[in-house]
Amino acid sequence: MKHTLQQIFHSSKFLTGFVIFMSILLVTIFYPLFVPNPPLEIIAQGSFFPPGTYVSNYDAVFSSTAYTLNLPDASAKRIAAKLGNKERSDIKDYLIKVGVPADQIDTTNTTQLLDQWTKNYDPKANIPGMIFSQQRYYQRLDKSLAGLLSSEGLIIAAKNVDTGALEQVGMINQNDYVNIKEVASVRTLPLGTDNFGRDVLTELVKATSVSLEIGLIAGTIATLIGLILGLLAGYIGGAVDDVIMFITNLFTVIPSFVLLILISYSVGQEHRGAVMVATVIGFTSWVWTTRSVRSQVISLRNRDHVNLSKLSGHSLVYIITHDILPYIASYVVMAFILQISSAILAEASLSILGLGPKTSEVPTLGLMMNWAMIYQAQILGKWWAYFPVLLVIALITFSMNLMNTGMDQVFNPALRD
Amino acid sequence: MAEKKSCLKGVGLTKVFGLGRNKNTAVDHVDFDFSEGEIVSIVGESGSGKTTLAKMLLGLISTTEGEIYFQGKKRDIRSQRAKKEYWTNIQAIFQDPFSSYNIFNKIDSLFLDCINMRGGKNLPYEKKVEMMTEACSFVNLKFAELTNKYPFELSGGQMQRLMIARIFLLKPKILLADEPTSMIDACSRATILDMLLKLRNDTGMTIIFITHDIGLAYFVSDKVFIMEHGKFVESGTADEVILRPKEAYTKRLLNDVPKIHEEWDLSTVDIKNQ
Ligand SMILES: Nc1ncnc2c1ncn2[C@@H]1O[C@H](COP(=O)(O)OP(=O)(O)O)[C@@H](O)[C@H]1O
Ligand SMILES: [Mg+2]
Repeated sequence: MKHTLQQIFHSSKFLTGFVIFMSILLVTIFYPLFVPNPPLEIIAQGSFFPPGTYVSNYDAVFSSTAYTLNLPDASAKRIAAKLGNKERSDIKDYLIKVGVPADQIDTTNTTQLLDQWTKNYDPKANIPGMIFSQQRYYQRLDKSLAGLLSSEGLIIAAKNVDTGALEQVGMINQNDYVNIKEVASVRTLPLGTDNFGRDVLTELVKATSVSLEIGLIAGTIATLIGLILGLLAGYIGGAVDDVIMFITNLFTVIPSFVLLILISYSVGQEHRGAVMVATVIGFTSWVWTTRSVRSQVISLRNRDHVNLSKLSGHSLVYIITHDILPYIASYVVMAFILQISSAILAEASLSILGLGPKTSEVPTLGLMMNWAMIYQAQILGKWWAYFPVLLVIALITFSMNLMNTGMDQVFNPALRD
Repeated sequence: MAEKKSCLKGVGLTKVFGLGRNKNTAVDHVDFDFSEGEIVSIVGESGSGKTTLAKMLLGLISTTEGEIYFQGKKRDIRSQRAKKEYWTNIQAIFQDPFSSYNIFNKIDSLFLDCINMRGGKNLPYEKKVEMMTEACSFVNLKFAELTNKYPFELSGGQMQRLMIARIFLLKPKILLADEPTSMIDACSRATILDMLLKLRNDTGMTIIFITHDIGLAYFVSDKVFIMEHGKFVESGTADEVILRPKEAYTKRLLNDVPKIHEEWDLSTVDIKNQ
């Protein structure tokens, strides 16, 4: 047994297939740990954004005092608008009245003028000879000057999920480069978005794992049914064999895919979850496993070790599990792998026809193809919405078939090169 | 011979395979009566129905017609329990040692099955090892060298000897040896035959020795049955049948004996008779 495993892993074909398959599997396991976003969450308004890094323009930005946008020539214009020649001379008058020497006041030096103004202006001070309207005028002027030369940056805020309040998460100073990590709502979409504005990569990873699950469930069901029926038909023979072969022949005559379509259609859209579809696929694809297990068992049951086991008084169950099963185990494993990959393909085919799992719960590889097709991704040239899906389907079936041929070469010495 | 008790008796035993045009009568109304402690040979060319007859006697396949009597009583093996009981009395060694073993089981498990079958399931392990060691030394093998080994690590001759060791452990009343030496080298062949003879002498077992080689049959057996197309065409003591063959078929079988058997003087016998 150990020896056989070693041989299998020395087969380069098996190893290549195994590495590809395990990489896909590991990605489906570990990716959600790093990117925990729900796979069907709509993250962007609009469809088919090409791959890239996106910052949401709905992000809230606010300043602690007053909000100013200091673009270079914009600030010059703004200062000119707020601080004209009349305002400058008014400021000079005020400063002289509170006792600043006239020769120290330079109305052309904006920075110095505003600095003297903030130091000396007191809205409550009662300056003799100043009428009320003049007082109000200075108050208004003071307000309009606030933040005129502000060098304050932008604050980046994000909504706190618990309280719903905006909270500061970062700050952009003038002339700053912003570290992308400090921007709240940045998302890199390596494969862009699909027609619904969902992240294709996250969706694809989830779809891959759901499709693998479907393959696993369908493969297990098909292999179990095929194995049990094949064992019974082959080992017991007689009337049992006749009945089982009659059913098997019936299923052989009707193409399983047609059956699959009919059952899926009659089950109805609402009842078709991923597990349901997997079960239906499993129940329609056991035929050839049954046939080949049966023929192998027939040749085994005439082997003398089975006769000897009977002579040792072993029961039917013991003989099947100890003297028949181990001999066909390698074959059954190979059949199982093929069943998984063909079930994944069957789900994809069904979904493309619109008979796959219902669309609201989980994505599958077939559903993603279906969506891409309905929203014309192929025609519009939105390759990221369907090509990666095709690639994953191809890689999964390719790797599984590679593993299978690799195993075949080990178990079937006639095929060794 | 007459005072010996009947051990296995067949009356009109017939096996037909297939239906209609595919009908193939493998065994055709054979009658026999094997006594206790005898070595009986059934000789016939390939396809004459020897193995089919053996499997019917073992209860591995059903009989189409006819009755089998075991120790004077009609055999009844309809239930699994009756079968188990019957198989403590009748055992077999098959032609191909390489397909006689379950390659996934260690040699020990084959022997432990035998001990269990003889009711030794609850014996302490040391006692079981003792029994297995004894059985192995009966066939000139060392249990210590075989324990924890898989069948495919042995040679064909060793495998067939272990099959005899298995019989030694089971001690059945009847042993059906279906061409036990045809798949192994000539050297081991003589050893195996010696061991079968020793087994009979030690335990008084009835041995039904099936072979296509009439020379071997002469070497080991008390009685010889010649089988052609599912029928016994000639039978009698070994001397009768082989030294004074009546049937043309028997003579042909004798002619086919390779030259290596010249030392047994068979070809000269054959010439004398012509
Ligand atoms: N399970 C079977 N089904 C159909 N025909 C069989 C089967 N077993 C044996 N036969 C036929 O019965 C005949 C006798 O075979 P067998 O008893 O194996 O001969 P032998 O052991 O003398 O070589 C052959 O013609 C063979 O084809
Ligand atoms: Mg035979």
